[in-house]
Amino acid sequence: MSTANTPSPNGKPKIGVYVCHCGINIAGRVDVQATVEFAKTLPNVTVATEYKFMCSDPGQEMIQKDLKDGLVDRVVVASCSPLMHEATFRRAMMAADANPFLFQMANIREHVSWVTLDKDAATEKAKALIAAAVKRIVLHRPLEKTRVPVNSDALVVGGGIAGIHAALTLADAGRKVYLVEREPTIGGHMAKFDKTFPTLDCSACILTPKMSAVRAHPNITLWTYSEVAEVEGFVGNFQVKVKRKPRYIKEDLCVGCYECVEACVFKKGIVKDEFNVGLSKRRPIYIPFPQATPLVAVIDPETCVQIKRNKCKKPCVDACERDAIDFDQKEEIKEIDVGAIILATGFKTFDAGRISRYGYGKYPNIFTSLEVERMVNAAGPTTGEVLLKNGEKPKAVGIVHCVGSRDCKTNAYCSRVCCMYSLKLAHLIKERTGAEVYNFYIDMRTPGKGYEEFYEKLLKENVHFIRGRVAEISDWATIPEEEGKLVIRAEDTLVGAVRRIPVDMVVLSVGMEPHEDVDEVRRVFNVSCSHEGWFLERHPKLAPVSTFTDGVFLAGACQGPKDIPDCVAQAGAAAAEALVLIDRGYVELEPNTAYVQEEFCSGCKICLGLCPYGAISFNDEKNISSVNGALCKGCGTCVAACPSGALQQNLFTDEQILQEIEGVISYV
Amino acid sequence: MSDDDKKQFEPRIVAFFCNWCTYTAADLAGTARMTYSPNVRVIRIMCSGRLDPQFILKAFREGADGVLIGGCHPGDCHYQEGNYKALRRFTLLKRFLNMMGIEKERIRLEWIAASEGDKVQKVINEMTEQVRKLGPLKLEPVSQLRPEENSVPLAEAVAVIEGGAS
Amino acid sequence: MSYIYYPGCSLKSTGRAYEESLLTVFDALDVPLKELEDWNCCGATAYMSISELKAFALSARNFALAERQNGEEDYAEMVVPCAACYLGLNKAHRYLAEHPELRETIDRALEAGGLKYNDRVHVRHPLDVLINDLAPDKIKALVKRPLEGLKVACYYGCQLVRPYADFDDQHDPQTMDKIVKMLGGEVVDWPLKTRCCGGSLTGIVQDVGLRLSYILLAEARKRGCDLIVTACPLCQFNLECYQSRISGIYGHKINIPVIYFTQLMGHAFGLSDEKLGLKRVFVSPSRAFSKAEGGQHVHG
Repeated sequence: MSTANTPSPNGKPKIGVYVCHCGINIAGRVDVQATVEFAKTLPNVTVATEYKFMCSDPGQEMIQKDLKDGLVDRVVVASCSPLMHEATFRRAMMAADANPFLFQMANIREHVSWVTLDKDAATEKAKALIAAAVKRIVLHRPLEKTRVPVNSDALVVGGGIAGIHAALTLADAGRKVYLVEREPTIGGHMAKFDKTFPTLDCSACILTPKMSAVRAHPNITLWTYSEVAEVEGFVGNFQVKVKRKPRYIKEDLCVGCYECVEACVFKKGIVKDEFNVGLSKRRPIYIPFPQATPLVAVIDPETCVQIKRNKCKKPCVDACERDAIDFDQKEEIKEIDVGAIILATGFKTFDAGRISRYGYGKYPNIFTSLEVERMVNAAGPTTGEVLLKNGEKPKAVGIVHCVGSRDCKTNAYCSRVCCMYSLKLAHLIKERTGAEVYNFYIDMRTPGKGYEEFYEKLLKENVHFIRGRVAEISDWATIPEEEGKLVIRAEDTLVGAVRRIPVDMVVLSVGMEPHEDVDEVRRVFNVSCSHEGWFLERHPKLAPVSTFTDGVFLAGACQGPKDIPDCVAQAGAAAAEALVLIDRGYVELEPNTAYVQEEFCSGCKICLGLCPYGAISFNDEKNISSVNGALCKGCGTCVAACPSGALQQNLFTDEQILQEIEGVISYV
Repeated sequence: MSDDDKKQFEPRIVAFFCNWCTYTAADLAGTARMTYSPNVRVIRIMCSGRLDPQFILKAFREGADGVLIGGCHPGDCHYQEGNYKALRRFTLLKRFLNMMGIEKERIRLEWIAASEGDKVQKVINEMTEQVRKLGPLKLEPVSQLRPEENSVPLAEAVAVIEGGAS
Repeated sequence: MSYIYYPGCSLKSTGRAYEESLLTVFDALDVPLKELEDWNCCGATAYMSISELKAFALSARNFALAERQNGEEDYAEMVVPCAACYLGLNKAHRYLAEHPELRETIDRALEAGGLKYNDRVHVRHPLDVLINDLAPDKIKALVKRPLEGLKVACYYGCQLVRPYADFDDQHDPQTMDKIVKMLGGEVVDWPLKTRCCGGSLTGIVQDVGLRLSYILLAEARKRGCDLIVTACPLCQFNLECYQSRISGIYGHKINIPVIYFTQLMGHAFGLSDEKLGLKRVFVSPSRAFSKAEGGQHVHG
């Protein structure tokens, strides 16, 4: 046996076993008393007891007292998952001046009491897990966490309202922030809206000051039309490569005067304008919208004649008095070092064409809510008028809730904002056109401040509400009043009849979805996604802005559908948690790193190629491998491969695991 | 049915779950109160790449009837590639165990993501039933090796080792 | 690929024209169809409402027979033209795969009949086979009498594409439309292509059934259709055979030919009326056909 496996340095180990009731969560299924009695029979156990809530102050004090009184020097707590409270109990041990790594948990809640129906079986399984922990902990050694300094700069990915708010918060706290946005301008979806619910605040009026603040802030480096290509490193020490796509315009020279856009050989738009959601067309050279930030033109290489075929008179170049156009501009890779990353990449809307019975794309006057947002916007393609494709105002409009959401065939979840924005659009459409407006809903979801009151207001405005999921929208007319109209068929469940409502225009309230490339993006940052594709938070209730990758935080709709106030709140929270990391100035690395026992290493070099972090190097003089503890992430792959057992992993040595196996299977 | 028949054989299975995906998924199954067979006892490792084949051998030697390994889906390993290493080691070990007379169904590798609590439930239930059908593992002394498809007859193997080693 | 042909009861009686045209057209396309030996009635939609278990057993027997007839080949491709049979068999296929308790009972029933079902059957509709299995231009290549100028409404009926089929859109299917376009015809798009024709209600609650058929016929007429093509024997029967009664009830003269899409295909291929069952019609399509041929329909 090597020195790595020496038992308790104070002689015979004294193990304390503390079994938690967790109220009735554990005690309701597991016979706690029996497990305590069982623990007493295990070797080296000096104290075995139980308590209602081990993680509470009295529970922790129990452990601390036994440590201070010298009754125990190693602690096993049988309770919930270590992912839940390992840190809590380790801190408790530190407070009692004991080494926090002489600690092991047995998960008898998430893995036993909550998942086992039979009480006897649950108790036996709990005993096995306790025995495993007791056998293992004999071989734990005291360990120290290493401290690594943290880079104080931060990266925010995504320039919508969440990203903007997070960046401003961090910058105001005095930190240097890189804000990377893939579109040519920041602003996200909020920049497209006209008014926001429930106050009917002008969206641009509340957003653009924040966008200007970002531009003007000395601590923010704004890189638009850019994407994060690669992230390496670890919490506090990320090395990031940002790919800056070529705009073919020199950003520092352009003043956003629009002369180049006016001068373009294409006098009318030729390609669908992304900002206007395809309702209008733009030229190859364009500025997304008048308040774009940065206010710099951009040339689309797919449609610009000069870039594609090298055959243009280039009137844009002539028109530019700043000489800002540069057709030779190339993609640039910027390398930066940051300590924390906040993901605020937002969402996309559900593709209404997926639901063929709603006729989107088939009949001309069926729009998505986002398209209508652009229509009602005074700066939009119809200068704020709600118009049919033939230029007339509609006399009857149907708004269909839950398109794509609450539907097992598309997305089962509720998108949270659609009821509210449907009410908002109902109000705006009625205001602009005087049309009869019909909202077809399943439930009216108005949970926020002032939301229910907003609904009340709409009820008083004579908007018609029909409680029934729309079955079908078509141009099939059965009576003269329906000729030439779009007929919406839905069961009015409050009345108990199937109704046909002829309208001129339909608005499909589409739900929110993760971006299409979310699978690739998450791999860049090493975060997981839920089934639907939202970035996965560390804990749905208690840790909604952090992820399982330390140093990477989440803000806004990329974590799940939410409205603007929640995006802003979450962005502030993410910034705060990033600041916790940055202000502390260091990270303590889990000491579960690998190490080489030099006397056993034969220099076979099998381990060298296995480490994805390059943490293993070879010492040619001594002819042995060695592990850089700061780079080692603690996966243990090299340890498993080492033929002589020279490589071991702290907290997961071969001997510790072998003892755990023995404990888990040979007693019960 | 006699009383003996009614008392079913309860297999005891040792599981090695990686911290980031499978262990988290098992926690999620717990939070969601998904019930499953109590026959699997979990040992937590940081990565499925930590899995040393000797752990599996130890488990069987100590009396386990089956071993379950859980790791992240290919491409999703928290440590980049550890799960690929686990897969390679597992594949080789399974053949080796088969030659020793341990049925293939007694050892299973599954990729389970952090959000797949339902998969943890499904896999544990399935494996428990499979191992139950196989019955308790009876490790036999070497002289009673049963010939399997991939195995080499004992006499030949001995001849090779004694005659051919150089 | 070889296919096993499951006709179902209708195609041997009132839907005979469907069988005749199907076999003729598939033969012309060089796609072999071999009738399933000793097939039994699928129970259609009626039996499901009386005893689900027995209805599943009927379908399972057909599956077992198909596997047996298919022999060594991988999967038995069962071609099922009648929409009701298609729905019933598809439902059975799905349920037998997803419900182990049901499957156990059915397996025992099959065993009693000396049969076994091994999940090696695919239930296919001829439309699915024509669009997804054939080389893209195979149908176009056989067109001798293109249907230029002929306005055709494709009627799928309510049972074909939902809820179990996945070869076409469940609300706005396109497979039949694609075939009509390949034949040179002009497809009249309409939103009622999967709306119920009344089904068996024309026999039981006649005024309801006839009204449902009337809605379809009136809309087709309104959109200027010369012809309706269908894929289900009961739809074809309902839409074609009650036109005079419907005209009487609603005071709206309706006279529009309703034929099987396979008959339209065969006609475009230049095959004889006899072979396509086109002599069995109530409402003659000859005026419609003449329109496509510039006023000269040649009876074959």
